[in-house]
Amino acid sequence: MSTMTAQATQVYSVFVRATPEQLWDAITKPEFTSKYFYGSVIESTWEHGAPYAGWAIDRSQQYVDGEVIEASPPRKLVTTWRALYDPETAAEPFSRVTWEIEPAGDGVTKLTVVHDELEASPKTAENVAGGWSFVLSGLKTLLETGEPLSG
Amino acid sequence: MDDDHVFRALADPTRRYLLDRLFERDGRTLTELESELEMTRFGVMKHLRVLEGAGLVVTRRSGREKLHFLNPVPIRLIHDRWITKYAEHRVAALANLKTELEESA
Repeated sequence: MSTMTAQATQVYSVFVRATPEQLWDAITKPEFTSKYFYGSVIESTWEHGAPYAGWAIDRSQQYVDGEVIEASPPRKLVTTWRALYDPETAAEPFSRVTWEIEPAGDGVTKLTVVHDELEASPKTAENVAGGWSFVLSGLKTLLETGEPLSG
Repeated sequence: MDDDHVFRALADPTRRYLLDRLFERDGRTLTELESELEMTRFGVMKHLRVLEGAGLVVTRRSGREKLHFLNPVPIRLIHDRWITKYAEHRVAALANLKTELEESA
């Protein structure tokens, strides 16, 4: 196999049977995020420049640190991103995460996550590569069934 | 969106080859992908369209270029649909075993 370098721009997309408003709530409300985002309670006031933080459910540890760049409910959320759960990723510069929510017809909404500006953060790029698929799969399951993914 | 589309898209060696190329380096143009295959531009476009239809490839515009990205989420959904179910049984079996052992101790 050829050398594998994690990508500096990563794109993840999923179709969810839910409204854009439901997706927006699932991304921005801690009672939802804790059910699919590795148990993280995501907190922010969602104003431009406001801190974006992901905490362990018992507040023992902060997992993610960032700042809101753009919040346009229910269509687009852009934040900076730094993963604090690993000392190697915590030492890297901030990257950027964009959530795009687009109606796709028939009660289905397309959610796209673009994690980019990872050029100077190779450890983070490697670390999140599998994680986003897990997060989006869990988010879809939660919205469509009301239950978190098990296992 | 539909598992059938995903399985159908994956059931072709050229399309798997294209996904491998994107896994190696994401965000490629049609021209770049075409240069790696002994196939007409039209043929590569056709395969990319099938992959896009299955959600395995997502395209983004960057200036005048259309870039292709590998989207692993549909494969993850298939994984979660079946594999986590088995994992759950194992966890349940171990939990039951623990209860039984502790009760008999």
